[in-house]
Amino acid sequence: MSEKALNMPSLSSGFLSVVRRDVLLAWKRPGDVLNPLFFFAMVSTLFPLAVGPSSEQLAFSGPGVVWVAALLAALLSLNSLFMSDFEDGSLDQLILSPQPLPMTALAKALAHWLITGLPLVLVSPLVAITFQMPAQTISVMMVTLTFGTVSLSLLGSIGAALTVGLHRGTALLSLLILPLAMPILIFGARTVSLAAADDAVSAGVYFLAAYCMLTLTLAPFATAAALRISNE
Amino acid sequence: MWTFFHKLASPPHFYDLAAKFIPWFAVIGAACVAYGTIAGLFFAPADYQQGDAFRIIYVHVPSAYLSMMAYMVMAISAAIGLIWRIKLSHAVAAAAAPLGAWFTFLALMTGSIWGRPMWGTWWEWGDPRLTSELLMLFLYFGYMALRAAIDDTAKADKASAVLALVGAVNIPIIHFSVEWWSSLHQGATLVREGGPAIQTGMLYPLLAMIFGFTFIFGALILGRVRTEVLFRERRSKWVRKLVLPEGDQA
Amino acid sequence: MSEILSMGNYGAYVWSSFGLTMIVLVICIVQGRSRHKSVLKDVVIRIKAMESK
Repeated sequence: MSEKALNMPSLSSGFLSVVRRDVLLAWKRPGDVLNPLFFFAMVSTLFPLAVGPSSEQLAFSGPGVVWVAALLAALLSLNSLFMSDFEDGSLDQLILSPQPLPMTALAKALAHWLITGLPLVLVSPLVAITFQMPAQTISVMMVTLTFGTVSLSLLGSIGAALTVGLHRGTALLSLLILPLAMPILIFGARTVSLAAADDAVSAGVYFLAAYCMLTLTLAPFATAAALRISNE
Repeated sequence: MWTFFHKLASPPHFYDLAAKFIPWFAVIGAACVAYGTIAGLFFAPADYQQGDAFRIIYVHVPSAYLSMMAYMVMAISAAIGLIWRIKLSHAVAAAAAPLGAWFTFLALMTGSIWGRPMWGTWWEWGDPRLTSELLMLFLYFGYMALRAAIDDTAKADKASAVLALVGAVNIPIIHFSVEWWSSLHQGATLVREGGPAIQTGMLYPLLAMIFGFTFIFGALILGRVRTEVLFRERRSKWVRKLVLPEGDQA
Repeated sequence: MSEILSMGNYGAYVWSSFGLTMIVLVICIVQGRSRHKSVLKDVVIRIKAMESK
């Protein structure tokens, strides 16, 4: 029997359809994309408002603030990763489908990054400019933010899978993910600071890339295990 | 031999067997800690660089060592519970978490107290070992929070097991952080090529403290696993027989 | 005696470290035992309640 007769989707089409579905759903609800972005922009402005507008202080704290804001925006958006699927029963279908669950988990994380992480990376130069960050740091910032937000989407999918359907899931999810997200924050912010000081940034970038690869390869399996457990 | 392990996984057998071991572990642990404390505080020669402040090593190193060992106990028993579905293993993981958190807290506090006179600061945010140890404390908190948030015991066991295993990558990071990155914290003193870099007068009390702490941890965790088992099996016949002896008419 | 207490000017640090450690160990022991007792008590109450029905 040919594959067409069985009507079984191939691995890549199954993967892509999950990604497409989530991105389309977010497209229909612009809030899903815009809210984390607005949050990111607003949190970034909180620091200069609170700490005072002296420009050297701003340039100094800029990398750290941008990174913390990116982390918080990511954490806030993660709770809904599996929430709507859980509520309407499509999570059951995803788990039962013949597609390997880790691939589905990877697809969901990738969709989440396309919806929240990528826009954030694209908007970050605007925030960087308000912080008077020198131009050469902006490219470094975008590279580190890319690796970082991808890792966060993947790590976050583990936390979201563990806490889906739990009362007060968001706070718990943040508590679970933050320890694992701290190295990303540390290396991301430090690397951008180094770039601002014209120092070598390759070590930090390599570390972030390595962390990203680690989560890319391992997180889907943990997420899949967590989904099966949470959905029993 | 396998019968022994099989029996061990049975809650009532474990409950009785553990009760026999706890007093021994406690006594051995207390004796080693007593020797280590007295010898370390009063008889070990003062360090030529740090003076008497180095004596904090006798509580700091055992705490730090145990904070990591408790996490490994937690992660390994979580893995065993997840793979071989042995409920008792999950109980061990649950019991290890609060103890591990306490030891991590102790390691951080004694380390901070030691750091003040030696490094001139209570805390150093850039330091990889301090940061990763603090991270481990947060991992313990997250583990306990997740367990508390899930009502169904079996589900809580499995979900927290996944979390424990994901967080286990932190252990090698803590251990190797002083080699991989520049750190205020000194490198390995005991487990290194060429043997321990510390003279015997100072070494023996330290080994005794590590040993003693480990035995005390053993007694503590056996006790807590017994409590876990009692709670989880509260509806079973063997528990009924245990708490209401035959002669007792309810 | 004062030499022991002062620990070469590091007395406060050394003694507070050891003191904190001992306190935490005692807390762990006491907490464990009291939890065991209360679980035992609860189990007895629960069994008696179920059987008296």
